[in-house]
Amino acid sequence: MNESLQMQRQVDAIYRTESRRVFATLIRLLGDFDLAEEALHDAFAVAMAQWPRDGVPAKPRPWLVSVGRFKAIDNLRRRTRFDASLAELAQQLDAQPDLPDDDLEDDRLRLIFTCCHPALPQEAQVALTLREVCGLKTEEIASAFLLAPPTLAQRIVRAKAKIRAAGIPYQVPALEDLPDRLDTVMQVIYLVFNEGYAASSGPSLTRADLSGEAIRLGRLVLELLPDPEVMGLLALMLLQESRRQARTSTTGDLILLSDQNRELWNQEQIAEGRSLVQQALSSAQVGPYGIQAAIAAVHAEAPDPAATDWAQIVGLYSLLAQIEPTPVVHLNRAVAVAMRDGPQAGLHLLDEILAEGDLAHYHLAHAARADLCRQLGETAEAKASYQRALDLVKQEPERRFLESRLRELV
Amino acid sequence: MKYMLLIYSDENVWAEGEQERCYQDSVKLTQDLQAKGQYLGASPLQSVATATSVRMRDGKRLVTDGPFAETREQLGGYFLIEAEDLDDAIAIAGRIPAAHKGTVEIRPLVELTGLPPGQ
Repeated sequence: MNESLQMQRQVDAIYRTESRRVFATLIRLLGDFDLAEEALHDAFAVAMAQWPRDGVPAKPRPWLVSVGRFKAIDNLRRRTRFDASLAELAQQLDAQPDLPDDDLEDDRLRLIFTCCHPALPQEAQVALTLREVCGLKTEEIASAFLLAPPTLAQRIVRAKAKIRAAGIPYQVPALEDLPDRLDTVMQVIYLVFNEGYAASSGPSLTRADLSGEAIRLGRLVLELLPDPEVMGLLALMLLQESRRQARTSTTGDLILLSDQNRELWNQEQIAEGRSLVQQALSSAQVGPYGIQAAIAAVHAEAPDPAATDWAQIVGLYSLLAQIEPTPVVHLNRAVAVAMRDGPQAGLHLLDEILAEGDLAHYHLAHAARADLCRQLGETAEAKASYQRALDLVKQEPERRFLESRLRELV
Repeated sequence: MKYMLLIYSDENVWAEGEQERCYQDSVKLTQDLQAKGQYLGASPLQSVATATSVRMRDGKRLVTDGPFAETREQLGGYFLIEAEDLDDAIAIAGRIPAAHKGTVEIRPLVELTGLPPGQ
């Protein structure tokens, strides 16, 4: 009894570490997601029956792949009686040689690129990645995204149907397409992260798991494809995640960076994030994720808000504005300039940006302006800008924050 | 796999001579595809002003002037190709000269058996 319990634990552990890799390889060999999933379960069923008797094989992964493949061929043969076209597929599979062990590694990368193919809608990319790469259950993903499970299941079914019918390949993209395709993968990962991070109320526990999954995905992609921007993305996620405990109050209100209790920041995540940022920045091709991570690292290095190196943050935002000249980046840069050179300098920049018109309906731009006016003692201007921000704000915690600021002025 | 690449663009944005150049460049692309065994067919279409629509309803044939749908961008031509997979088809679509002005929609073909070979 004890022995069988031990075996069960061992198989469970192997399932956790190997099942996604075996699955990814089976998709390549079988050319079909559903067939591969069935084969994966069959392979583990055989393992449960055989391993207690014969012992765990020295290399469980190729063993599972091989058994899964034979099971799939068996299944196809059995179904052949009903569908003649399957016979041909079974024959093809049978003729394939067994692949050397080291070929198996790349399959997870193939799987990621297929799930994040730009020919799929982004919401399907996200669902498919969490389901097939991370191995989450449909119900788990649905609850994390506050969707009904059938809605999410349908999204996945449609995506798989398109992969099949449109001929979306199971491969790592060609070198010339790689930067674009990697961008899509990073967008999906960061979207999953933010979905878990931005949720500050409600069933927040399940959503925090999403951030964890995104970090895991970031690690996986970095391990398989060591790219400086992937490094930057992982660093950015770790540095943001390090503040999770400090960024909401017990009542669920958002706490600004400058007001957070820095004792609550996770030092282990900060250390890992900083070391990754350094590596990313030392490569010639630093990108937006790397720079944003560097900004987060500068914040993380300051023991208290007053000790923040604002000159460095301004420099990093200037660099970011060159690569991504969006109004929001310019806004953040103006706020950093205000911290470095005083509110007057920041207000001057901010008014120039607001005059461009792109941020006229962005509540945070008006809230930032109000704050600078307040510091300068221009109460009437501050009130007007807080009021403008209040007219535009949509989230309840932010509204409460702005209202309290406005009250303080009166 | 076989793919139909449908080229949509606003007919009014083509300047004098521009369309002619686009046709010539497209012919070059078809020759290149032919050399690689990926060419099945291609053609520009006459302006949407020449379109006629036919539908059979209750055994009666209804013929109307104009395209199936009035849109700002119209179907202006097509390439029919043999491609390895969607990524291959996307790469070829990106080489279609008209992709610089309009949009190329990629549609995989349903491969029916029993069709006679084309001319």
